[in-house]
Parts: sequence; C-alpha cells; structure tokens
Amino acid sequence: MIERRPILDIITHLVLILGVAIVAFPLYITVVASTQTAQEVAQAPMSLIPGSHFLDNYYTVLFGHAANTPPVARMMWVSTVMALVIAIGKIAISMLSAFAVVYFRFRFRMFFFWMIFVTLMLPVEVRIAPTYKVVADLGMINSYAGLTLPLIASATATFLFRQFFLTVPDELIEAARIDGAGPMRFFKDVLFPLSRTTIAALFVIQFIYGWNQYLWPLIMTTQEDMYPVVIGIKRMIAGGDSVTEWNLVMATALLAMIPPAAVVILMQKWFVKGLVDAEK
Amino acid sequence: MATLSFSNVKKTYPGDIAVIHGVNLDVTDGEFIVIVGPSGCGKSTMMRMVAGLESITAGEISIDGKVVNKLEPAERDIAMVFQNYALYPHMTVFENMAYGLKIRKFDKKEIRKRVDNAAQILELSHLLDRRPRQLSGGQRQRVAMGRAIVRDPKVFLFDEPLSNLDAKLRVQMRLEIQKLHRRLRTTSLYVTHDQVEAMTLAQRMVVMNKGIVEQIGTPVEVFERPASIFVASFIGSPPMNLLPVQIDAQRRVLDENGALLDFEPSQVPAFLADRKVVMGMRPEHMTLHAQGVPLNVEMVEILGSEQLIHGRHGDTPIVLRCPVGLTRDYPLQPGEAVQVGSDGTHALHWFDSDTGKRLEA
Repeated sequence: MIERRPILDIITHLVLILGVAIVAFPLYITVVASTQTAQEVAQAPMSLIPGSHFLDNYYTVLFGHAANTPPVARMMWVSTVMALVIAIGKIAISMLSAFAVVYFRFRFRMFFFWMIFVTLMLPVEVRIAPTYKVVADLGMINSYAGLTLPLIASATATFLFRQFFLTVPDELIEAARIDGAGPMRFFKDVLFPLSRTTIAALFVIQFIYGWNQYLWPLIMTTQEDMYPVVIGIKRMIAGGDSVTEWNLVMATALLAMIPPAAVVILMQKWFVKGLVDAEK
Repeated sequence: MATLSFSNVKKTYPGDIAVIHGVNLDVTDGEFIVIVGPSGCGKSTMMRMVAGLESITAGEISIDGKVVNKLEPAERDIAMVFQNYALYPHMTVFENMAYGLKIRKFDKKEIRKRVDNAAQILELSHLLDRRPRQLSGGQRQRVAMGRAIVRDPKVFLFDEPLSNLDAKLRVQMRLEIQKLHRRLRTTSLYVTHDQVEAMTLAQRMVVMNKGIVEQIGTPVEVFERPASIFVASFIGSPPMNLLPVQIDAQRRVLDENGALLDFEPSQVPAFLADRKVVMGMRPEHMTLHAQGVPLNVEMVEILGSEQLIHGRHGDTPIVLRCPVGLTRDYPLQPGEAVQVGSDGTHALHWFDSDTGKRLEA
C-alpha cells in the first residue's frame, strides 16, 4: 500500500502485534514451563516468569528416563533419521519418476503417470491396515525401514517435479545431446542443478511431514527405542493414576520443535538465495 | 571440415503428415549454406535431421561421405547454435563452452586452451566467469557460438540464431558470423526466415517452400533469376511485382481484362507467343512515365534517398522503388494515375501461370 496515513500504520501494526502475540503466547508458556519444577507448573495460576530449573529439566528429559519413555535424545535421533530418510527418499524417488515420465517415451507412459497421480487419493491413514500387514510380513516392525519405506512414495512430489521439468526448455536437452550427454548425465549435470530450489522447497515440506508422523509410528513400533519424539510426548502425558510432569513434557515438546524450525530457517536462506538467483 | 549431402531426404510425421518431400543438396567442404523460407516450410526440420534431433523418414544424409541416419547427435560431429541460445543457466560461460569437451573426456589443459582461444575470437575472455543471465543477448549468442567452436566440429548448424536479437545487434552479429566463417572455414548450414540474412551470409542459398526446395543458388542467381513465382515473391524487399498477362500471337502483352499494355514486342521472348503467363518486374528495375503498365497510386513511402510507390493495376498490387529525386518537381499524390514500366536495362521475368516455374528460352 502506498497510502501515507500514520493512523493506518498504527492500526496495522497493532493488528500484527496482536496476531503475533496470540501465536507466540503458547510458545512462551512452553518455554517458561520447561524451566520450572513440576510443583511450580502445577500451581494455578502458573508463574509466567521463567524458573531456575532449565538445565535440570532438559538434562533429565534428554538423558534420563522420564515416565514411560526412553531418553529424548534417543527419540530425537529416531525422529531425525525418519524425517531425513523420508524427505530424501521422497525427493530421490519422485525426481527420478518425474524424469522418466517427462523425458522418456515408453509404452503406457501416461498410464503410469496417472497411476502415480491416483495414489494421491490414498494417504497413509487410508491404507494403514494393509500396509501394516505387508510391513509386518516383511519383518520390518520396529525398524527404520518399516518406519520410512511406506511413507516414501509421493505423488505430490512427482507431480511437482514433473511440472518443473516441463518448464525446462527442450533446447537444453537437445544442446546436451549434441554435447554428448546421455540421459543420466543430463539429469545429473543439468536437470539436478536447475531443480535445486524445487528440491529445497520439497525438502522443507517433506522433512516436516516426516517429523510429524504420528499414526504410522504408533502402529509400527512396539519397542521403546524405536519411538519417535512425537509419540514420546504423547506417552509422557500419563493417564489417570500417575502425575504428569508437565515441566518435562514442555521441555520435550520444545526440543521436538527445534529440528523442523531449524530446517525451515536454514533452508529458507537457501530458498531465498535460489529465488533471487533465479536463473532463466 | 567436411562435406554434407542430402539425398532424396523425406520427413513424415506420424499421421502421414509429410513435411519434407525429397530434398537433394550437396554442400561442399567449407561452404556456408543458408536455408531460407517462410515459417512452416520445413527448414528447421531439415536442420534438426542433420543434427540428429529428428529421425529421417526416407533418404540419406551423409557428413563427410558417411551416412549418419542412424547416428546419435553426439556421434555426428556437428555443433548447433539454437535460436534461444540454449545455454545451461547454472553454468558459467566457461563451463558452458567446456561442457561438450568435458563429456568427451578432453584433458583439462586442452579444454582450457580451446575455450580461451574461442573466447578470444569471440571477445568473451573477460566474461568467462559470468552466468548466462548476467549477459546481454548478443553476448549470450556469442557464448552459444563459442560452445560450437570449441568442439571444432565437421559441420556448424545455425538455427535462426539472430532472431532473438534487436535489429542493430542482428546486423552486427551477422557480420561477426561472416567473419567467423571466413576465419574458421567450417562447413555451415544456417536456417533463417530473414531474406536479408540469407542474402548477406550465404555462399549458396536454398529457398524452401512447403517442404520442397524451390531453388538452390548463389544469392545473386536467386535474386536475378528466381526459379519460380514463390522465389520471386519471397526474395527481394519489396518483392517482385507479378502481373498475370496474356501474350498474343504478335507478342503483344494484354492484361487480365484484355487491355493492351504498352511493351515492346522485343521485350517478350518469341516462345511465349500466344500464352498465358505471369510477368515479373523487380520494383527497383522499374521507372516512372515509361511505357508499360498504367498504375493508380495508392501511397508513397519515402525511405530517405529512395521512395516506394505503391499502387494497383486492376486488382494487382504493384510497387515501384525509385530515387526520391525522380519526382521532386511533381510529387505524386494518392489517386494519381501514372505509367510504370521496365527501366530498359533489366529483362522482364516470365513464369508459367500454372506451374509457377520460370520460363526461359
């Protein structure tokens, strides 16, 4: 907007500040709660001033056994592996399948493309029972393979890469052919570098998707040491008879937030660089 | 350096759409051939068949005596300059030029040497670390040519390389391409729809229309003795005036309505007697107030030292190109009736009105 009225500026800022406050307040509560003792957190109303048990709480959740769960460090590791494998696996597989669909003329090409596309209608939740059966029969319960493989196939990413590849001018592949590059060489030297920004965007989305998986790991894992952190948080919130140590839950929740946030912040830089450098 | 030859080359797309109907052409070593024609005439398809980007339906294309029909583009030892340059956007100028050599596993020093050499010829030496997007259109075009030069191929293929440039740059790059060819002497095939480019660059030009070669010849030959009505109306700016006429037994010229046109029988070859033909006159080979064709002036365009006089004889548009000085004393006004005809030093052109072919004794 190019209107120059100070009063409007003030209102705009007030609205924005209010919005930020609404979004940020629960986060602040989490931070504060994670620095207090269980008794302090349980008081009503809870103190909004940070307590003095920051190091204690975080040390306890990261390395000690809180109620019903392995150390958070272990769960974070499982989550990280899971999210990374899902994100990288999805990108690798969908990029290659989009490459095949766009650049190779083979029989039933469009049929296969639509087959992939149709799976968009079948998210994990819908096919969870048969998938579980398959994974269980393959003996992949409580393994990283079992956690990640069923989530790797991705129609969305294939579609995105396809759309991107369609915008790459045909002359580039022709120039590459004349230069003597075979299909995989073209993929590696030209298509892959050109897709960097798309890859970055997908990585962010898919990492968070992988990190936030709840239902599938819940069914898949029976051993504590294969719990991702999202399940850990749920298990820490105890049922009726025992007391929930909210300070520890909050600390865990905060820790669980860090990797996705870090990925967004780090990749965003990359992203913007990619956009500013827009090479076309 | 090599020869290039087409022998009865045909191209048919699926669905029986024939776009090239049997082309024969022999390009000698080091020759610069321009294929020119309107859009959709099959000129780009011809080039892409040489490059190996399109399959050849029938006939043979050979480079240096070797049939290349079944070879991959990379195996044909050709280099191509694309209309939109087709530079790899993520690579620097150096990497762009070196890519083909890198794939062919040239040694690093050799690559450096060749790229530096090409960059020097094309005055790109100070730009080697830039990315294509940081270059101007003309510079990108030079990089695209550099990428072709470093490979030292048998044949250069240029696919309308100048059509994305502005008019001034186009003239400049045209000269540079000419200089480059004089220096490298590489057999070249150049496709364009711009007749000026064709005339200025070609050693021989191939005029194509609807998948058929209408004429092959030097620019002067093509201009002076167009082989068909199509060539006559395509080459030249403005193109040749074409007037359907009837020649009677006394070699007098009558227009479509039977009105007598004032031409000397000596200007009409004897074999045309009693025949319906199309008469052609170059706008620049005509003059005012001579004997010839009555013309209703419609518009006069002043180009500077010359002017174009547009008019009609009956339904046939006729253009005359003459010095401005010719009408200085009595400028022509639209609606005026004048008489235009051959300037006497250039022979008239005659074409068969059915086949469109040039008629010569």
